[in-house]
Amino acid sequence: MVGGVASAVAERLRVDPGVVRVLLVISVPLSGIGVPLYMLAWLLIPLEGSERSIAGRATGDLRGIAILIALSPVLVVTLIASSALGNRYVTTLDTAVFLSAGGLFLIYRNADEDERAWLRNIADSYLHLTPSASRSRKALALRILAGVALLAAGMLILTLGHISGAALEPLAGVVLLLVALALLFGPWWLRLGRDLMTERQARVRAEERADMAARVHDSVLQTLALIQRKADDPQQVAQLARAQERELRSWLFEGGEPGSPGASDPTTVSSGAKQIAREVEDAHGVAVEVVTVGDCQLDDELRALLAAGREATVNAAKWSGAPTVSLFVEVEPSSVSMFVRDRGAGFDPAAVAPDRRGVAESIRGRMARHGGKATIRSSPGQGTEVELTMPRPVVRT
Amino acid sequence: MSPDRPRVLLVDDHQLFRAGVRGELGDAVLVVGEADNVASAVRLIGREEPDVVLLDVHMPDGGGQAVIEAVRSPYPDVRFLALSVSDAPEDVIAVIRAGARGYVTKTISGPELVDAVRRVASGDAVFSPRLAGFVLDAFATLPDAAPQASFDPELDQLSRREHEVLRLIARGYTYKEIARELSISTKTVESHVSSVLRKLQLSTRHQLARWATERRLI
Repeated sequence: MVGGVASAVAERLRVDPGVVRVLLVISVPLSGIGVPLYMLAWLLIPLEGSERSIAGRATGDLRGIAILIALSPVLVVTLIASSALGNRYVTTLDTAVFLSAGGLFLIYRNADEDERAWLRNIADSYLHLTPSASRSRKALALRILAGVALLAAGMLILTLGHISGAALEPLAGVVLLLVALALLFGPWWLRLGRDLMTERQARVRAEERADMAARVHDSVLQTLALIQRKADDPQQVAQLARAQERELRSWLFEGGEPGSPGASDPTTVSSGAKQIAREVEDAHGVAVEVVTVGDCQLDDELRALLAAGREATVNAAKWSGAPTVSLFVEVEPSSVSMFVRDRGAGFDPAAVAPDRRGVAESIRGRMARHGGKATIRSSPGQGTEVELTMPRPVVRT
Repeated sequence: MSPDRPRVLLVDDHQLFRAGVRGELGDAVLVVGEADNVASAVRLIGREEPDVVLLDVHMPDGGGQAVIEAVRSPYPDVRFLALSVSDAPEDVIAVIRAGARGYVTKTISGPELVDAVRRVASGDAVFSPRLAGFVLDAFATLPDAAPQASFDPELDQLSRREHEVLRLIARGYTYKEIARELSISTKTVESHVSSVLRKLQLSTRHQLARWATERRLI
C-alpha cells in the first residue's frame, strides 16, 4: 500500500495482491522481519517504467550509507541492553525496526521527486510535520502533553520498581557503553549532521536556480530571440523590450504571477492605472510612465474615471506623436485625480469640431455622468494635459 | 569645477551599460573614469575628486549606498546621482537618505541625463516623476494616529508649495514648465526641490522608513 511492493510481488507471483498483503501483515508481530523484507523489496524492484531500482541509486549514496553505519551503534546498544535486561521481545524486534527505518531512510533519499513528495505527504498526515499556523500550535501542545506523560510514567516506574543491585548493574553498563560510543562516534555524528544540513541547503538552492532558469528561459530568452529576428524594426523591438521589462518587474518586485501580468480585472486604482499603461503600450508602441500616489478599492465612479483616463491615454498615444505619455494618479481622502500628459503636437480645444465624439462623449460626458470633472488643456505645439477628478464618497465611521 | 562641463565618474557593474551611458553623455560632460565595484569606485573618487558620480544602486558588493557612505565625510563636495533599474521604493529612498542628490531610472534619455548631471553638479536636486510619486506617498500618510513626540513640522511635513511642485514633477513637468505653471522662477522651483530632498534625508519620521517597506505589499 505504501511503496506498491505488494502489488508488484503479486504480479510477479501471479497471485492476488490481497494475499501478499495479508501475509505481510501477519508476519509483522511474529518476528518483525516482514517490514524489513518489504523495504528490501521496495529498494530492489524498480518503479514501473523506470530503469533503475532505488537500490541501484542507493549504493551510490555514500553519505546515506555512512549515516546508517554511524547510527548502527544505537542498534548494538539497544540489543545489548535488552538482552541484559532479559527482554526477549525487544531483542527480536530491534533489528527489524532498525533495518526498516534504515531502509526507509535510504528509500527517501534516493527515490525520485514524485515518490518523495508522496512519502512526504504520508508522513505529513501522520506526524503533522509541516507547520501551519493553527495546526502547529495544537501539535506543539500535544507533543508537550505526551512528553510530560511519558516523563511522569518513567519516574513512577523508577521510584515504584524494586531497585535491586542486580537490575542496576546492567543499566550502569549500558550507560557506560553509551558514553563510550558517544566519545568514539560523536564528532563523526556531528559532521554527518552538518553535511546533511549543507546537502539540504544545496538542494533548496538548486530548486531555486531551476525555477529562475525556467523563468528566464520562458520569457527573457524568448523575447531576446524575437528581438533578434525583428532587429530591423526599431519600434517593435522597443515594444517587445518594454513588455518583457514590465513582466519581469511584476515578477521581481510585486510577486506577480509570471506569464500573465495582471490578466485578471484590476481591483484597485493603482493596478487599474498600470493596466491602462500596459495595454496602451502594447497597442500603440508608446511608452506610458505611470506614477501613483496612494491607492484605494475601485467602485463604479472610479471605474468610470479609469475608463475616461484610458481614453485620454489612447488619444495621447495615437495623435500627439510624443514618444512618452505621463500618467499620474493621486488618491486623496476626498477625491481621486488623474493626469494624462504628453509633450506632443497639442491642439486648439476651441477648434475641435463638435462631432469629435471621442473627447466630448467618452471623457467629458463620462466624467460628468458620474459626478466628476474633466479639464483639457492644450495648445498647438505645447502638448496636451487632461485632468480628471472624481470626488470620493465620504467614509462613514 | 567647470559647471558647463562637469567631471563625471561612472559606477556600474555592467560594462555594457557604462559604455552606453558614456556614449549618451557624449561631449557634454568629461568622463574621468569608470568603476565596476565599490572598492574601485571609492579609490577613483579619492584620486579624481569628480563633480558628479553616476551611481548604480545595485552592485554585487554593496551598491551605491556603500560607496556614498565610504566617501561622504572625506570628500563632501562630491555629489551623487543614483541611476537604477529598480523600482523598489526602499532602494530608492535608502540611496537618497544615504546622501544622493537625485534619482533617475536607467531608461532616461541622453539629453535628460545630461541635464540631470548638470543640475546635480551645480548643487540642485533631481527628482524623476517616480521619485516624486514615492515622496508624495511617503509624506501623504499624515500622522492621523497620535502625533509622535519626535514629530518636527519643519522636517516631517511638506509645505503646500513643495507639495504642488512635487505633484507637477510626478505629472511629468520639467522645472521650467513648473515655474511657468506656478508663476515662479526656475530658481525657486529648484530651491523647493532641494528643500524636499533635505527633508527626505533628515526627517526621522519613522513612517518614512516603514512606508518604504510597506509599500511593497500594496
